[in-house]
Amino acid sequence: MDALLGNLPALWEGLLTTLRLTLLAFAGASVAGVLVATARVSPVPVLRAAGTVYVETLQNIPLLVLLILAVFGLPEIGVRAGLFTTAVVVIALYQAAYVAEALRSGINAVPAGQGEAARALGLGFAGSLRHVVLPQALATVVQPLGTVFIMLTMNTSLAAAVGVVELTAAANRVNLVEARPIPIFVGAGLAYMLLSSLVGLATGVLQRRLAVPR
Amino acid sequence: MSAGSRLLFDEPGPRARRRTRVATLVSALALLALAALAVRQFAANGQLDAARWQPYATWPMWRYLLGGLWSTFLAAVVSAALAMAGGLLLALGRVSHRPALRWAAGTYVEVVRTVPALLLVYVVLFGLPRYGLDLPLFWKLVVPLSVSNAAAFAEIFRAGIRSVDRGQTEAGLAVGLTRGQAMRLIVLPQAARRVLPSIVSQSVGLLKDTSLGYVVSYAELLYSGRVLANYNHLLIQTYIVVALVYLVVNASLSKLARGLEARQAGAARRAATGDAGRPAPPAAPEAALHA
Repeated sequence: MDALLGNLPALWEGLLTTLRLTLLAFAGASVAGVLVATARVSPVPVLRAAGTVYVETLQNIPLLVLLILAVFGLPEIGVRAGLFTTAVVVIALYQAAYVAEALRSGINAVPAGQGEAARALGLGFAGSLRHVVLPQALATVVQPLGTVFIMLTMNTSLAAAVGVVELTAAANRVNLVEARPIPIFVGAGLAYMLLSSLVGLATGVLQRRLAVPR
Repeated sequence: MSAGSRLLFDEPGPRARRRTRVATLVSALALLALAALAVRQFAANGQLDAARWQPYATWPMWRYLLGGLWSTFLAAVVSAALAMAGGLLLALGRVSHRPALRWAAGTYVEVVRTVPALLLVYVVLFGLPRYGLDLPLFWKLVVPLSVSNAAAFAEIFRAGIRSVDRGQTEAGLAVGLTRGQAMRLIVLPQAARRVLPSIVSQSVGLLKDTSLGYVVSYAELLYSGRVLANYNHLLIQTYIVVALVYLVVNASLSKLARGLEARQAGAARRAATGDAGRPAPPAAPEAALHA
């Protein structure tokens, strides 16, 4: 227990880095995910193909490979960015593929008749999207998106493998000094559980808010 | 795709078709510009020199990387077998009628699902040796992966068991089977067919997780790439080749999963239209699985 309490500042610092990584990557993944999903349902064939290639590529290469390629490879082609920034961007782009897939399946889950009915009532593209399609798509998409964001929280730990001192790396460092694995790793594990249960809680609240009675 | 298009757009008229053509042109140009920028950046830093790529046209390099790929497969298959066995037991625990079992299995799944695999790897790597448990390298990778993926497989199996109609169990009990027999002879065989696509896609995730061998120094594909890059100093080239190998292997597996899913959706539709001539509920079991 002392090992945990005595090193609370280092672990706290790590937790804050994990939080920053998670929130920034979360924001980036949402924006990029919406763009990719839009490209995949757009009527422009080139954009649809590009979206498909993006999703297939990013979903089938391990995140760790992408992180290593970006952190060690990008400087070799003259692209220099901070370690933390690189990690945020890579995690965001990786998870964007999953966000895009969740959004697309949500949009596809809305029956085509809904869109047709909206247009028959005289709603334009934006109107039918805003009043008819999106409210229904969002309700079905909250749960899968929550899963993606819990996955994102877990995946920020991979930044430890390329040298970002976030919670996992901080716990490991403290353990190497203190040699008391049980309290330290259990403490770190509890922090992760707390983070993902917060995401889970938010998902539950959102889902009840957005539920569409059918 | 077509459902999405019909949802958002009608059949395009002449003006919409013209707009689409313009958008196609603009986006193609933008993508080309992006690619040109990347090529220029590679070329300006001498990363496109033939000498830097030529080694990957030779057999010894590939023999080394394919050796790594073989170790990746080995670790993935052993972890998948262990994780599936554990996952099945956990799923049976979660649907058991004994509250203690349900609680224990539920706690395991909830806890493990929210702890990063890398943290488990560090526990096995740096924690367990303190208590005199120093596993061989292979198991230092396989044990944490099995522990974390067992929870994921448990959720898949549970969804599969839940998707089998309750009447099936009840009919089994009615003809005199015990609970265990009804589960083993009636529910599980039906559930197994339904969860097959999810199992394949979870296995792709597991195969990606084996890249944590990089941290453990177990010589799977990514760690082999690291060793190779340290030796020949072709950092970008090596990791790009490694990424492409992962891409090809995983994309083939994902394609297999989608094929299985499509086949089952087709079978479900045929079964549903066959029995009463009603329109089929679109792929109900899959929807339950991905919830």
